[in-house]
Amino acid sequence: MALKLDHVNYIYDADTEMAHVALKDVSLEIGNGEFIGLIGHTGSGKSTLVTHLNGLVKPTSGQVLFDGHDINEKDYDRKKLRSKVGLVFQYPEHQLFETDVFADVCFGPKNLGLSKDEIEKRAYEALRMVGLSDDFYKQSPFDLSGGQKRRVAIAGVLAMEPEILVLDEPTAGLDPKGKNEILDLLKNLHEEKGITVVLVSHSMEDVANYVDRIIVMDHGQVQFDDEPKKVFASYKELEKMGLAAPQVTYIMKDLKEKGFNVDDTVTTIEEASDEIMKQFT
Amino acid sequence: MRFCNKIADSLKVIIRKKNYMITKHKDNPDNMNNNSSHMIHTENVRFQYVKHDEDGNPVGTVTAVDGVDMTINRGEFIAILGHNGSGKSTLAKHFNALLYPSEGAVFVDGMDTTDDDKVWDIRQKAGMVFQNPDNQIIGQIVEEDVGFGPENMGVPTDEIWERVNESLKTVGMYEYRKASPNHLSGGQKQRVSIAGVIAMHPECIIMDEPTAMLDPSGRKEVIRAARALNDVEGITVILITHYMEEVVHADRIFVMDKGRVVMSGTPREVFSQVDKLQELRLDVPQVTLLADSLRKKGLDIPAGILTREELISALADLKHKQDSDRQ
Ligand SMILES: Nc1ncnc2c1ncn2[C@@H]1O[C@H](COP(=O)(O)OP(=O)(O)OP(=O)(O)O)[C@@H](O)[C@H]1O
Ligand SMILES: Nc1ncnc2c1ncn2[C@@H]1O[C@H](COP(=O)(O)OP(=O)(O)OP(=O)(O)O)[C@@H](O)[C@H]1O
Ligand SMILES: [Mg+2]
Ligand SMILES: [Mg+2]
Repeated sequence: MALKLDHVNYIYDADTEMAHVALKDVSLEIGNGEFIGLIGHTGSGKSTLVTHLNGLVKPTSGQVLFDGHDINEKDYDRKKLRSKVGLVFQYPEHQLFETDVFADVCFGPKNLGLSKDEIEKRAYEALRMVGLSDDFYKQSPFDLSGGQKRRVAIAGVLAMEPEILVLDEPTAGLDPKGKNEILDLLKNLHEEKGITVVLVSHSMEDVANYVDRIIVMDHGQVQFDDEPKKVFASYKELEKMGLAAPQVTYIMKDLKEKGFNVDDTVTTIEEASDEIMKQFT
Repeated sequence: MRFCNKIADSLKVIIRKKNYMITKHKDNPDNMNNNSSHMIHTENVRFQYVKHDEDGNPVGTVTAVDGVDMTINRGEFIAILGHNGSGKSTLAKHFNALLYPSEGAVFVDGMDTTDDDKVWDIRQKAGMVFQNPDNQIIGQIVEEDVGFGPENMGVPTDEIWERVNESLKTVGMYEYRKASPNHLSGGQKQRVSIAGVIAMHPECIIMDEPTAMLDPSGRKEVIRAARALNDVEGITVILITHYMEEVVHADRIFVMDKGRVVMSGTPREVFSQVDKLQELRLDVPQVTLLADSLRKKGLDIPAGILTREELISALADLKHKQDSDRQ
């Protein structure tokens, strides 16, 4: 199930004087079973890009292909596509609308035409996965705290059991434990069910810890597309784009400067800890 | 313009002088009730939301804040941490009279927030930046949006422009002053809403996860701006966040759990209790985690390391010791 962007350009308000180019000649492929991190400065085009992946937004020019078929062709079954490519929006408010939490999570599976039992089973399962207590199931999703809303929005997409899960800053606003729980959940879905994950994030630490490949957007263009260590090795360029290396990488660089003979390309706490211990044996 | 600059300069001097007097109070958080050094003071605040069913009929209550006593002194930089749903936003909304306590009382600069005559004064003194910028941007053009607050306060036009430009520069959005906020990305909008509050020149700024949607440099800029507002202008800052790194420079931290304050103290005091924080669904900064992991592996590193510099120097000392022991 590969998704492919082929020379995609996107312009907001094209044909007006407010025209704004948000994606410039973006070509990339999302292969089956990948775990990809999508990073980039605010306004770099990440959200615009991910809304192309399930056909919510149509490229101004270029193509989006799913298994080789142009998803924006007139008679392409986009409803089916959306059941395969699940998108969690950046702002949960844009996704929640039912009168209570449970109904909200049922909405997606209901649209798939599943039986009532199956719908409810999936909704319970999804709400359990995101760690929302059943005290909230009958409450309006709008009467929840920021992090609770986020969990409902994620559950709504999980309940559709998509093959490709695209999440636009899903951990923003989650408490540290909740953030790790959601990231671990994605990791499990990826490892055990082979689900493809595209994770948009502003946390360099999170992408360093979880993803296998990082795509870096800068002013609407793909600037890097590589494995995390290689991308973070270009931290000077990343900084110029409003990004950074993970915090531990900077610690290692400082240590190296102080004369420690450490590998300064490590990106996670465990690696850094092992590396430093080598100095004290 | 020239004229306004002069006024602004002399204002800054006055503010600095005031700040000088404030610093003394900073070290003394136990000053008593309604003291003029108290920016925010709460007494046993409880708050209950009413739950509704599908048809809008009340069906029960949720206690979101459950007996909070908190005193925040003028000029302090305060951080509030806590798991999702612990009551941070609800409590913060009491600080500028957006919510009123179901029980107990909240005072802002000595004014009771339930005093109807004072609502306007209170909102002017304590400005709020919300979790989601979409809910607070109203203008059609960025600079108009930022100018909305001061205009409402009756600030003269020249000075409005001055304030708008200055606050947009502070958050790094000056280039976008003519843009439409609707066409900005999440992070850009968030910075505009912060500028909107700064332009009102409040004495206290409450920021509810202002950096949740920002990239690493945006986050740095906003935290730097918040610290500068606090250090240079003497503005009281109350920062709610889930990023532990952002609060290591706070004067004090409050940790909430299920509507109550369950821990408080300096960052070093709070972050030295790693296990307790993790039980409360929180964490410690990355450097502290690394230092902890090294300590567990047997390195003799002091507890409570909060910054990169501290860790590097602790490791350099150790290395030095090891090298000289070997000789
Ligand atoms: N509805 C819109 N109309 C016009 N321009 C828009 C619109 N939405 C976004 N833009 C512009 O398109 C560019 C890309 O925006 P996008 O939301 O894709 O960025 P992003 O990388 O997701 O940013 P963030 O990290 O802040 O969420 C930005 O410059 C933004 O100002
Ligand atoms: N409008 C509302 N109606 C009913 N209950 C509410 C409402 N807003 C919040 N609550 C409940 O009150 C409690 C505290 O919510 P609050 O928003 O203050 O938490 P928070 O600490 O800010 O969480 P977060 O970190 O997720 O933003 C939560 O259990 C929440 O579900
Ligand atoms: Mg976005
Ligand atoms: Mg909140």
